[in-house]
Amino acid sequence: MATTATPQPKINRIGLTVLDYRGGKTTLCAGCGHNAISERIIDAFYEMGIAPERVVKMSGIGCSSKSPAYFMGRSHSFNSVHGRMPSVTTGAVLANSKIVALGVSGDGDTASIGIGQFVHLMRRNLPMIYIIEDNGVYGLTKGQFSATADLGSKLKTGVINDLPPIDTCALAIMLGATFVGRSFSGDKKQLHTMLKAALSHRGTVMLDVISPCTTFNDHEGSTKSYKFVIDHEEPLHDLNFVPHFNEIDVEYDAGTSINVTMHDGSQLRLRKLERDYDPTNKTEAIKRIMESHEAGDVLTGVFYLNTTAPNFLDMIDMTDRPLATLPESVTRPSRQVLEECMEELR
Amino acid sequence: MATTEFAVHGTEHDAVREPVVNDFSIQVATVNGSGSQSANTVLLRTIFKMGVPVSGKNMFPSNIAGLPTWYTIRASKKGYIARKKEIDFLVAMNPETAREDVMSLASGAVALYDEPLKLNELRSDLTFYPVPYDKITAAVCPESKLRKLVRNMVYVGVVARLLNLDMAEVEKALRKQFAKKVKAAELNWNAAKAGYDYATASLTKADPFTVERMDKTAGMIIIDGNAAAAMGSMFAGVTVVTWYPITPSSSLVETLIDYMKAYRVGPDGKATFAIVQAEDELAAIGMVLGAGWAGARSMTATAGPGISLMAEFAGLGYYVEIPGVIWDIQRVGPSTGLPTRTSQGDIAFVARLSHGDTCHPMLIPCSVSECFSMANDAFDLAEQLQTPVFVMSDLDLGMNNWMSEPFQYPEKPQNRGKVLTAEDLDRLGGFARYKDVDGDGVGYRTLPGTDHSGAAWFARGSGHNEKSQYSERPDDYANNMDRLTRKFENARTLVPQPEIVRNDSNEVGIIAYGTSHHAVVETLDQLQSEYGVRVDYLRLRAYPFNREVHDFIATHQRVYIVDQNRDAQMHELVKLDIAVEDIAKLRSIRHYNGLPIDARTITDNIISQEGK
Repeated sequence: MATTATPQPKINRIGLTVLDYRGGKTTLCAGCGHNAISERIIDAFYEMGIAPERVVKMSGIGCSSKSPAYFMGRSHSFNSVHGRMPSVTTGAVLANSKIVALGVSGDGDTASIGIGQFVHLMRRNLPMIYIIEDNGVYGLTKGQFSATADLGSKLKTGVINDLPPIDTCALAIMLGATFVGRSFSGDKKQLHTMLKAALSHRGTVMLDVISPCTTFNDHEGSTKSYKFVIDHEEPLHDLNFVPHFNEIDVEYDAGTSINVTMHDGSQLRLRKLERDYDPTNKTEAIKRIMESHEAGDVLTGVFYLNTTAPNFLDMIDMTDRPLATLPESVTRPSRQVLEECMEELR
Repeated sequence: MATTEFAVHGTEHDAVREPVVNDFSIQVATVNGSGSQSANTVLLRTIFKMGVPVSGKNMFPSNIAGLPTWYTIRASKKGYIARKKEIDFLVAMNPETAREDVMSLASGAVALYDEPLKLNELRSDLTFYPVPYDKITAAVCPESKLRKLVRNMVYVGVVARLLNLDMAEVEKALRKQFAKKVKAAELNWNAAKAGYDYATASLTKADPFTVERMDKTAGMIIIDGNAAAAMGSMFAGVTVVTWYPITPSSSLVETLIDYMKAYRVGPDGKATFAIVQAEDELAAIGMVLGAGWAGARSMTATAGPGISLMAEFAGLGYYVEIPGVIWDIQRVGPSTGLPTRTSQGDIAFVARLSHGDTCHPMLIPCSVSECFSMANDAFDLAEQLQTPVFVMSDLDLGMNNWMSEPFQYPEKPQNRGKVLTAEDLDRLGGFARYKDVDGDGVGYRTLPGTDHSGAAWFARGSGHNEKSQYSERPDDYANNMDRLTRKFENARTLVPQPEIVRNDSNEVGIIAYGTSHHAVVETLDQLQSEYGVRVDYLRLRAYPFNREVHDFIATHQRVYIVDQNRDAQMHELVKLDIAVEDIAKLRSIRHYNGLPIDARTITDNIISQEGK
């Protein structure tokens, strides 16, 4: 009698397989960086054991904003209007503070049409993960520059960008986001680690992920091409993440690494590749980002992290129960209250 | 500029002046920021507390301090609370407008003026009363800095004496007004008394206007429409409120904040609501829809310019089918327009707000009591129909004080609409978000966070099929749009129904809505008593229109539609909705100068169009 058991699929700590985190088939171009990001999202949520039913996938308009259809099909999703995903997400999180909000935006959706809402979202430090799938170009409308395109970067048609780019990371740090990083869709390990750490944070996580557009912006002269980013990527540190539900090992050398304990007890370890980079120092972070622009590098890593700042829900001081499903007995004051109000007006 | 619109004409009062009891209007012309609002509120409350029906209207500039402002108080024994076109009793406190204010009065009117201005030299057909404000104020208010504010309370005392107001009621109203500010109350009360004493000693009553106690306001309240809407929203169970400050809607949310802090904080000290001042109206409506999608009763309040910004999201709300309540406290457009003046100028725009084929239910309150009740109706409808619902108030209703019967506690439980729980999904085995299961055009939805692997649906403003999957198929698109039409048709019977006053006329009818109601009610009486014309009246309370509106037009020969806008916006909406053979029956009455509409304007217009 054969004794070979069918191999059991691997399950995470809530009993789901990675297949439970899959979505629809992508309709983006072959080789699009966004697809790689979707894969990293799937892996991170699976490994962290986040129930997909607790997650809302939010987006605006553009190639990036279509991508939530291609991962985590068991999560609610809202593909809203161009540049306005932050407000829709804010409303949803206020209505249900228990949900895990993941926003996927693009460089046009964020830095051009959406810069107003982006700015105010960062100020509020709303608990959510905000990913910019940044390719410096409008894909769906066939290749126009966005506001993150680098000065001097060249379009396929030969047009040179003569306006300076908006650095969304520097902006986010200045405005109040409490977890800000930049990564590259081709840097599997770094992005994966960063996303897992993001899931342990209680505030706005803003990740700018360079994600080359193979169709419109992957040629020579583009600063958002695979080749350019691979040649110029300058990681600040080597990231390691120990989730709170794993045993915390002790191999950690304070001389070469910085250890940050996240809100849920997880630990993010940043092995220094540069001397004395302190990710809790805003001023240093912005200075280092500016230096990388001058050097023409694509600096990646967790630029800034503040695990103690109050988030927007803390500031509002509202009940722990989701507002959306509060019963009428809680949301409708009594007849006596109405009578009291009437008496005041007589 | 004065707020009366007619030229001086001959008087009927030259000979004998019969007493005019509880039927006149007072206009106080002042400078904004001078504290006159407190004085005017005291006058209004005093008349109200003497049992006389009263209304107050503030005509103020878009400015912090220093520009002319007018406050009119109308006392009416018959209970008319619309603006009265004629001013009977002017309190001229603003030297800059005093001359024009006096010149625009009709013969026989009264003018109370600051003695040094010598306004009495302007006209010989008015009753003038001089008041040496500086002298009186200086005597009761040693602190010169405060004199500007206290000065207003002097005219309250003078008017009280001249109109025979009960000083005990003046004192009560004044102490209520200053509530905990005991020192200010004392100072102001002394000023009012000084005015009263001056009038007693130095003025001889020479006009016919007087107030006598009645019992028509017992148990009633005084409140502005925005506060009523705020209170109504709280009792409706609102949980997420977002806003961007804009006149004349700001006070709605500001009052709501006060009410919610007082009555919607749990025993654990935690709020059962979230109120967010957004960065603009785009974000305000975006948050409303995000919250509505996630299952909260969410709302915002705005005015015309904000509505323009909300257009894109309004279409998303319609197409994704998300509940939300938007209060539009209409002011005068286009563009910035007259931010502090009233109109019904957003009706046509809001009905179809956004690009593509879009339409929205609108509820149209005419009174503070309807501001309260429609706040609740709006949430029930928005969740029942799964769509944004607009409540079309206006500046006149929202920012002015109105007397009202006390509000009724909402008796019906909240209607949260078709929402499937995890248990429902277990039972059903699945669902399709936009499938018309019940034939009413409204599908079933699940809320984010529902703990069931089959609960998720993909909300999208792009084309979608019944399962909310992306689709560009012609049949999917058309079927979905047709279902949305069925839903909107269904809304006709669900929105608040019109109110009809029948005076046995099968010839002439009036259709009006919102604050025009109060003028129309008076017009009905004017037409009958002055011209012997009987007219039926239908007051629209919502859009889309129901059968009764069609029937009303079908059963009359001529129907006048009253709009407080230039373009006859409601008239146009009705025209699009009714049978072709009835269109020729429609006539339009339009009023659009920024002032609340008055009965005389409507009456004169109808009489002229009727050729009488």
